[in-house]
Amino acid sequence: MAERRVKVESEVGLHARPAALFVGAAAKAGGDVTVAKGDGSPVSAKSILAVMSLDVRHGDEIVINAESEELLDELAAIANAG
Amino acid sequence: MADTLSGVGVSPGVGAGPALRLVRAVPEPPSGERHDGDVAAEAARAADALERTAEELAERGARAGGEAEEVLSAQALMARDPALADDVRRRVEEGTSAARAVFDAFTVYRDMLAAAGGYLAARVADLDDVRDRAVARLLGVPVPGVPESAEPFVLVADDLAPADTATLDPGRVLALVTAEGGPTSHTAILARALGLPAVVACPGARAVTDGTTLLVDGAGGTVTVDPAPELVERSRERAAARAAAVAASVGPGRTADGHPVPLLANIGGPKDVPAALENGAEGVGLYRTEFLFLDRADAPGHEEQVAAYRAVLEAFPGAKVVVRTLDAGADKPLAFLPPSAGEPNPALGERGVRMMRLFPEVLETQLAALAEAARDTAAELRVMAPMVTDEADAAWFAEAAAKAGIEGAGVMIEVPAAAIRAAHIAATAGFFSVGTNDLTQYTCAADREVGALGRFQDPWQPAVLDLVAMAAQAADAAGRECGVCGEAAADPVLACVLTGLGVTSLSMGAGALPAVRAALSRVTLQECRAAASAARAARDAEGAGRAARDHLPGLAELGF
Repeated sequence: MAERRVKVESEVGLHARPAALFVGAAAKAGGDVTVAKGDGSPVSAKSILAVMSLDVRHGDEIVINAESEELLDELAAIANAG
Repeated sequence: MADTLSGVGVSPGVGAGPALRLVRAVPEPPSGERHDGDVAAEAARAADALERTAEELAERGARAGGEAEEVLSAQALMARDPALADDVRRRVEEGTSAARAVFDAFTVYRDMLAAAGGYLAARVADLDDVRDRAVARLLGVPVPGVPESAEPFVLVADDLAPADTATLDPGRVLALVTAEGGPTSHTAILARALGLPAVVACPGARAVTDGTTLLVDGAGGTVTVDPAPELVERSRERAAARAAAVAASVGPGRTADGHPVPLLANIGGPKDVPAALENGAEGVGLYRTEFLFLDRADAPGHEEQVAAYRAVLEAFPGAKVVVRTLDAGADKPLAFLPPSAGEPNPALGERGVRMMRLFPEVLETQLAALAEAARDTAAELRVMAPMVTDEADAAWFAEAAAKAGIEGAGVMIEVPAAAIRAAHIAATAGFFSVGTNDLTQYTCAADREVGALGRFQDPWQPAVLDLVAMAAQAADAAGRECGVCGEAAADPVLACVLTGLGVTSLSMGAGALPAVRAALSRVTLQECRAAASAARAARDAEGAGRAARDHLPGLAELGF
């Protein structure tokens, strides 16, 4: 497993379009993908409801865990776009 | 013997056909409901209902495109949520029925979102919609929404929400009947815009069952159940005669004695331009720009805005196009304009220009895009601010417009305080446009969407007419124009009264333009003034309408 800490630069945080893109990308990957807000408990990054419930806002730090660095790159890019 | 239900006619015309009800409420599966023991079969039913719901939402999204697609595909993701699916399976394994398991699993997330407040709380409605669709499939009851039917039908509902209208196919709907709602409800506005006959505030509609034949008279405000074929024929002939008289009215708006009253269109985007031109609009009196901003994660950029404004300005060379700057607020939350701390009463909160004063860069971007769109088109661009309350609001907006190079910025008169002190506001505002829907809501302290307050949501309320008169007089004294762009302008009789009150132009949904043009052409300015005085002297809305009609004899032959 690989881990990445990302400061969310997306204006709307991990909601709306970024949330849908984030979950869509995680769901396509094999294996577990989790995301946590700061040092909170991780939730499945494949669950839109779990990700929305984290209520990640612009400027929050998230911790993503996944099996590959490529997937981490993709997810981090989504969290920083928009 | 045919039964006749009475309501309020809000959009003229006659429609007859089988009734179909809009389904909104899906029954809640009883708490603690158990299945018959076959866990595997029950879990498969639940999974299948969720997957089919996801497919349907994704399909509808692909059909709708644009921002609607974004919302609908997010909803499809909710239906396919693996954490939700696990929770449903666990509940079914414990013996809970598939329908109740789905309901309970959604409730967990629903409560979480609702508790978070703000943007997340606004997503609760999206989540509830997904839940209701999945539960309806499991219970074998109709899926909520506008019914689908190959045969044209009369749509019957308690009330229509803006979301319902997105899926309504005007080619399949013959008429609208709602139990609730008033003349300014979404149903009324939609019906007039689409030219569909409509009767609202018709409590008898609740008892109508699917398939019953209804005859809807949108002028008289009546709904006949199982009408005799001769009655349908007669009603259609009468409506056709009126429609012919209305269609025969062409040219710019003016009274019988030649007093000009420019007739303009209310539009919500470039898509409404063809209907405005077809109905002879002399310009645009209200260009609502919210469509560019709603249901999206980020603010539209400069180029996107310029294109949307240019598309409208190009259609009206030499004519006036009045653009209302973004009217956002707590009841229409935007992802990129975070609402301020909890507003218990959004209608009285930070909306319209109040919101823009918190986020001036959003207004700056919009004004700059408007100025650029106007530079290479021949239309006469004007801008106006919503929810202006006092002279400071008007001055702030005029300064922002001037900085963008737009002269003659005007204000909407929707807040009673602005109407009462219109003389002061006229000093800085280039023109007035009275928004009668909100002005009525605020004058009578009656929420537009609360059906039980229909009596107060009537722009015929003499107090509302008094405020319109104050604004029009103040504008005239300052040499300014004072238009009306609310639904009141779309009522042919009220349009004559507004003219008599001193209103200088009328803007409405395009479908209403021909009838208003025909009405004006049959009355004199003197008659309009007499009707206005009589209406203001009345004690209630109904009396005001009656008194006005007595002074407008030319309208009787049109059946208004």
